[in-house]
Amino acid sequence: MNAILKSKQDLAASRLDAFQVPVTAGWSSLARKDALARVQATGLPSRRDEYWKYTRPERLTDATAASAAVFQHDEAPVFDGLERLKIVFVDGVYDAAASDDLSLEGVEISRLADSGDISWASELYGKLETAGQDPVERPLAALNTAVATDGVLIRVLKTPSKPVSLIYLHDSDSSDVVMHHVIKVESGAALTLLENGPAAARFNCVLEADIADKAELHHVRAQGRDHERTAVTHMFARLGTESTFKSFTLTVNGVLTRNECIIELTGDDAFAHVAGAALGDGDFVHDDTVFVTHDAVNCESRQVFKKVLRNGATGVFQGKILVKAGAQKTDGYQKSQSLLLDGDSQFLAKPELEIYADDVACSHGSTSGAIDEEALFYLRARGIPAPIATDFLTLAFLAEAVEEIEDEALADEINSRLEGWLIRRRS
Amino acid sequence: MLEIKGLKVKLEEEDKQILKGVDLKVEAGKVHAIMGPNGSGKSTLSYVLSGKDGYEVTGGEATLEGANLLDMDPEERAAAGLFLAFQYPVEIPGVGNMTFLRTAVNSQRKARGEEELSAADFLKEIRAKAKDLKIDAEMLKRPVNVGFSGGEKKRNEVLQMAMLTPKMCILDETDSGLDVDAMKLVAEGVNALRSEGRGFLVITHYQRLLDHIKPDVVHIMADGRIVKTGGPELALEVENNGYAGILEEVA
Repeated sequence: MNAILKSKQDLAASRLDAFQVPVTAGWSSLARKDALARVQATGLPSRRDEYWKYTRPERLTDATAASAAVFQHDEAPVFDGLERLKIVFVDGVYDAAASDDLSLEGVEISRLADSGDISWASELYGKLETAGQDPVERPLAALNTAVATDGVLIRVLKTPSKPVSLIYLHDSDSSDVVMHHVIKVESGAALTLLENGPAAARFNCVLEADIADKAELHHVRAQGRDHERTAVTHMFARLGTESTFKSFTLTVNGVLTRNECIIELTGDDAFAHVAGAALGDGDFVHDDTVFVTHDAVNCESRQVFKKVLRNGATGVFQGKILVKAGAQKTDGYQKSQSLLLDGDSQFLAKPELEIYADDVACSHGSTSGAIDEEALFYLRARGIPAPIATDFLTLAFLAEAVEEIEDEALADEINSRLEGWLIRRRS
Repeated sequence: MLEIKGLKVKLEEEDKQILKGVDLKVEAGKVHAIMGPNGSGKSTLSYVLSGKDGYEVTGGEATLEGANLLDMDPEERAAAGLFLAFQYPVEIPGVGNMTFLRTAVNSQRKARGEEELSAADFLKEIRAKAKDLKIDAEMLKRPVNVGFSGGEKKRNEVLQMAMLTPKMCILDETDSGLDVDAMKLVAEGVNALRSEGRGFLVITHYQRLLDHIKPDVVHIMADGRIVKTGGPELALEVENNGYAGILEEVA
């Protein structure tokens, strides 16, 4: 065994020390055992891994989480005024008192920690995560499957009257949380899933989503806020025929965030859009790593990632579109852009296309730039003060990503977050 | 209204003098035109007055109602009442025309210590003014100048002028890229704004715009200076004899 692998395995072993493994948890025990064996074999990511070339994984793999202070503020939480079913976790632990009653017509909601035979979930738990390990290892997701302590299991039989909203509160400076959610949207149904909150000092979250034929999952997430918190998230989505998956993530602050999104289009005429807007100031590393596999005919995928970086913040984008043989009429597009508000910040992008079908349209575009001086002058010449004009242009830069949110009320919520962040930083 | 004395300007990035001592005084209620060949410094003058980066003033002064323009930020000049209608209005994707204009109007009001215009009042006013300029509601909703034709962009400039009610308007080659009908429409918009308290400086290559916006005074600019000043007939002379004749005459 070579020394590098050994050290990665040692990392896994010391990280796993915090948990009683293997976790025996009824219906998910087998999947957990399997995941445990996988992460023990691969070890945890190290900075020598190609997939972690731009983002140093240490803070996510260290045996204990670095302390992260809870950020005190008086801004109302995002989505606050919206009608939704709230499920609240405090430092990763379900808070029944703060949560709504989990009954929602057309939807079965259980907790990961619930015992009993949740057969639909046992067929999915860890399955999409396992499938997503090929061709690139994602050891932090395998670790998650092995040891996750809480999360929700949502099965959507019929489109519910309101979104399901997962709220992650952060209370303890040293919380080190591993959560795992499983979503199954049955044929013809649609769900809007919201996530928000800083979650923990260190957060490792996996979401597996199985979207059946003609089903829809709309996902809007707002993460970050606490300056010192770290997070790694994995979304694994499998799409059936004529299904839709739309996901938008807003990341505001947080010292380190790695969001991986692994999408598999397995049914014809499916549609997957994943978008993100990140705002980073100072000691901020934000990494979007996306892998979209087209394995069916006439599917559309679109990636739109925008990052605004200042005071030495770092943005990373690794995006790949893999078009398998036979996935004809694929329409794949990826765009990653950064707006660098000063000379200290940096954006690292690695777009990749790998295509084995001959009748496809795939493209990618990646840019890094500063505020457009001509546009800035135009706005100022009309009397708009420079800080406001700069904010206008910053919001305009982000607009293309935010526009990926279909629901206007949700888009407004996100926009007001963006504006708030900018206003707080006006010079 | 606008008073420029011995204004000398060079490019910041290179050692190139563009304006070599411009003297000009535009009185309230008057329309002055500046004509001149390419490269004479006409556009530079408009940019320097409105505060664009990239120029260095090496001498002289420019005041608006006695206030030193050259010390102000572009937004302060705007709030003080200066307006530049751009030769090439900038497209700004992602910023709605309405939001832009309302922010501009209210930023200026705020800077002057005036009460901000309510959303309803603003809407009422912009609808009426847009109608006069044949700007439809769809155009107002679109991002600033994005997908606008040349004529639409210039009409949008005039709409901004109408909404901001500046004291001193500089029109930089507002006729460029316009067909005859569009030019008439724009000229009508400008003429509607002519008033006793407002000065205009119309920069143009050609006489034809001045057929529609009749100037009181015409200046000829060449090589960074005003070389000749006269009445409207001076514009006709340019039209008939070109700049060469006039430049020879003053040389």
